[in-house]
Amino acid sequence: MNLLDILIAAPLLGFLITLMLPKGNAGLVKLFTLIFSIGVFAASLLLIGPVLERPAVMTWVTDAPWIGTPAIRYHVGMDGVSLWLVLLSTLLTPISILLSWKYIDHRVKEFFAFLLLLEFGLIGVFVAVDLFLFYVFWEVCLVPMYFLIGIWGHDRRIYAAVKFFLYTMVGSVLMLAAILYIYSKAGTFDYPALLLMMESGKFTMTHLEETLLFLAFFLAFAIKVPLFPLHTWLPDAHVEAPTAGSVMLAAVMLKMGTYGLLRFCLPMFPNASKENANWIVVLAITGIIFGALVALVQPNMKKLVAYSSVSHLGFVVLGLFSGNQWGLDGAVYVMLAHGISTGALFMLVGFLYERQHSLEIKDYGGVATPAPWLSTVFLVTTLASIGMPMLNNFVGEFLVLQGASQINIWWAVFAATGVILSACYMLWMYQRTFFGETPDSVKHHMHDLGAREWACIVPLLVLMVWMGIAAQSFLPSIGASNKTIIDRTALQTKSTTTHAEVSNHGR
Amino acid sequence: MQLWLIPLLPLAGAAINGLTGRRTSKTVQSMVAIGSVLLSFLWVVKTLMALMPLEERYVEHYFTWMASGALNVGVDFAVDRLTAVMLCVVTGIGTLIHIYATGYMHDEEGYYRFFAYLNLFMFFMLILVLGGNFLLLFVGWEGVGLCSYLLIGFYFVKKSASDAGKKAFIVNRVGDFGFSLAMFLIVVTFGSLDFPTVFAKAQQLPIEHSAGIVTAICLLLLVGATGKSAQIPLYVWLPDAMEGPTPVSALIHAATMVTAGVYMCSRSAALFMKAPIAMDTVAIVGLATAVMAATIGLVQNDIKKVYAYSTVSQLGYMFLAVGLGAFSAGIYHVVTHAFFKALLFLGAGSVIHACHHEQDMRHMGGLRKKIPHTFNVLLIAALAIAGFPFMSGWYSKEEILGAAHHHHMWMYWAAWVTAGMTAFYVFRSIFLTFFGEYKGHAHPHESPWSMLGPLYVLAALSLVGGYFFNIPHILEPVFRGIVPEGHMEHSLADMILGTSPGIIGIFLAYVVYVAKPGMADSIKNSFSGVYNVLLNKYFVDEAYDATIIHPIERTSRNFLWKVVDAGIIDNGFVHGFSGAAYNFGGMLRHLQGGLIRNYAAWTVVGVVFILGALTVMGGGR
Repeated sequence: MNLLDILIAAPLLGFLITLMLPKGNAGLVKLFTLIFSIGVFAASLLLIGPVLERPAVMTWVTDAPWIGTPAIRYHVGMDGVSLWLVLLSTLLTPISILLSWKYIDHRVKEFFAFLLLLEFGLIGVFVAVDLFLFYVFWEVCLVPMYFLIGIWGHDRRIYAAVKFFLYTMVGSVLMLAAILYIYSKAGTFDYPALLLMMESGKFTMTHLEETLLFLAFFLAFAIKVPLFPLHTWLPDAHVEAPTAGSVMLAAVMLKMGTYGLLRFCLPMFPNASKENANWIVVLAITGIIFGALVALVQPNMKKLVAYSSVSHLGFVVLGLFSGNQWGLDGAVYVMLAHGISTGALFMLVGFLYERQHSLEIKDYGGVATPAPWLSTVFLVTTLASIGMPMLNNFVGEFLVLQGASQINIWWAVFAATGVILSACYMLWMYQRTFFGETPDSVKHHMHDLGAREWACIVPLLVLMVWMGIAAQSFLPSIGASNKTIIDRTALQTKSTTTHAEVSNHGR
Repeated sequence: MQLWLIPLLPLAGAAINGLTGRRTSKTVQSMVAIGSVLLSFLWVVKTLMALMPLEERYVEHYFTWMASGALNVGVDFAVDRLTAVMLCVVTGIGTLIHIYATGYMHDEEGYYRFFAYLNLFMFFMLILVLGGNFLLLFVGWEGVGLCSYLLIGFYFVKKSASDAGKKAFIVNRVGDFGFSLAMFLIVVTFGSLDFPTVFAKAQQLPIEHSAGIVTAICLLLLVGATGKSAQIPLYVWLPDAMEGPTPVSALIHAATMVTAGVYMCSRSAALFMKAPIAMDTVAIVGLATAVMAATIGLVQNDIKKVYAYSTVSQLGYMFLAVGLGAFSAGIYHVVTHAFFKALLFLGAGSVIHACHHEQDMRHMGGLRKKIPHTFNVLLIAALAIAGFPFMSGWYSKEEILGAAHHHHMWMYWAAWVTAGMTAFYVFRSIFLTFFGEYKGHAHPHESPWSMLGPLYVLAALSLVGGYFFNIPHILEPVFRGIVPEGHMEHSLADMILGTSPGIIGIFLAYVVYVAKPGMADSIKNSFSGVYNVLLNKYFVDEAYDATIIHPIERTSRNFLWKVVDAGIIDNGFVHGFSGAAYNFGGMLRHLQGGLIRNYAAWTVVGVVFILGALTVMGGGR
């Protein structure tokens, strides 16, 4: 049992303890979950050192049998990509708890307990290397988020929660079927073992099998990303979710999809990934432009940020299916950067909502006069989101576009229009919210950031700048992990082509 | 040499004022703001003294910014003579304008905020000229755009100001789009973004391989430059940028930031020289911009708008030089233009200050006696921009006209006419403002010495700067081996011919606005059609709105969002699909109310059940 196992178990334990706390004592619940999740975050920092030493291989591995038949193993480990995603989860959980401090006033205990359960699921998703275990964690994430939206959401919460749930379920059912099919053929759920079998030729797929399996996985992940045109659950979920729900959803949960594409789709189905890359990239670029254009005309702040997420995640998919080092590195970097900056955006929109009780942009105006610091912080976050150099998103978007342009310059041309449009919709929202005369209705409620709010936002601001300037704190480990994936893909495609050549010659 | 101190000092100033400004006095804020820029200027001087004669490029590498695959981008600062010239202009003029601004902005709200932004601008501008690779240049490039956005929208309560700021940012983003694509192509073609590597490889490329791709790169860089340096078709943001406080117009929208495009093209001279088609395009864009903006400048009534269009026009002149391969002439004009245009704007600021924020020249007049110092310096600036012999502007303009004369005669004559129009509209503004009777209602008063001091320094530079700073000579090592040598012959006749439009322009303006005051109106009335087109700036803003902005917005709202997103995808597919599923299961009636929680609870139960069953079946291990 190593540190990672403890870290996986801890949020589950915290969840159970929270449920057992006395119901009336909301203060105790908040304090406990906050301190507990900060402890988890602090412990997760200890994961970094060993992973950075050898980021290309799995560190902190535990491989133990869980269920005999079918052979499901508790097999976890982390490389240079999963490390940062785990840290993103452990960082944002305490922040989400802190920012819900006053926002949540009913069923307090369950709310904070669910946040810990969500953390448990998220960490699990990013470290599981047994296919079935991965699927279990994947589903575990779904449940707390469903409740967070369905119980503590806004007026149309039920609709949004069901939509979120059904959308994801459709995808995950297909993924489960694909996982079971693979098991029936290969006799194992164990992912590293499976890859070894594929390398040695013990497990082969026909072209049709590979394509279908790829599509099953791809669909599950694409819904989660969400990739155009499977995105319509996202705006509803975001608008209805409580602030903490939106933050966790945008910052971490969306990355489950892109992480799945990177970890499972590309290495397991290299040929199918290559063959299908073209139309997937077309969808990704459509998403970039479509999301941005629709964001441009949203009257609701959360919807606007949600559509901007569709646009940003399009960059991730574009990078992944460009398939080169730049594309993959950039994709992972955008995943992390988007987590920080869009998480912060939803948080700041939440702060505005707590003051003004509206998400409609037209109910604001002139906020900069009564709340200058809130405006400044919002501006920095806006700039991060629109890819300002020296802030986090720029590095990722630059690498993604660089990767895309190496394959096809037109991909970069079309995708880069998203960068222009992002400035349009974000600055327009910013102008209408923060600039101009301050109406009385705004003036009365709009106090500046308080200490608790500062505590929530400062870590994210620091990371925006850090990731923008010191990209090399992250890129070498991400790059090393991605390189193994690229090498494997290249090897696989090569071996199959030689295979084909040999059989051709045989004839 | 600690080059990093040069940009970091203003950044520190910005941070101090930005973070503590609400609790400190204006004196402290001014000292921080001016001090940081002044120290930066002194550090530039000290560094350049130490690096003399600076024939070779001097580089400092600090750390790797990003490394991925074959690409490795470092945070490198480099100084060669081109950068040295820009450093002197930026920090020198920057210091003067900071001093001026302490006087000009003294009674404004948000004094500290203004200087925090202004210092931040200095930081990014210095990164732009110091950056040793394209990406670092791009950092400064986007950064100055941001500061421009913040400063144009400084009076953010005014809708016109925040609109103008946003417009500046977005139009610049369109340019940056081109710049980034150029960078992607550079990396794909040359495998690096470092200036020396890229340029060396560009030199080695055989022409038949390079022609297409290098032309594409240069045209895309030009798109970037048209955004930042306000050239056709992306110049539309600069006139609106006059919403910002006047010192901002002087520093950012006249002297430094807008010349970044000229700097970038000159920096990339090695690429541009390999792309003749791109060069011709640069020259034509520059010339067209110069002519068009000058014609608009003829009829504007807002004193800052006149100078704004004048800036666009003069930038066009610089691009003409660049496009003709006369890079050093372009930079020469950057430098002299920084002197006299900063002076024009600051002088205009002094006029506006004197007239209590009146900017319309029709409400001025007769100010010569009331604000004599301002009149003196503005007159010098006007003579300089008009190309009056031996003033700073005359030298650089002669260089550019010479280059045009050398290449295409039609370009020469177009530039010649533009020079005449330039002299005309600048002296029109001088005559309307300072001559005749005062037509306003304020009580004009001379500005304080914190404002007049910098004005006189700039006036001195406008007078003799062209003679003392022989930029083409200084820049000779930078372009050696890139631009073919060969001195253009300046005959006396050429020189007289080149000087004549300025003199003629001044004379015509004198006739129309002083000698025969009624003449302007009669001309206006007899050419009212042309006059209206010019007054409304050829209706370009309206055309952009009607053909680009409104269609995008309407399509996004009425088609993409309401039809595609909500209609087809959501209502059509999603609801159709799920509705069918619900009907099939007869579950529709359970959709409402609390029952849905049960549904989710069942899912949890189901998952737990499956896991439990598997555990049991698996022998309970």
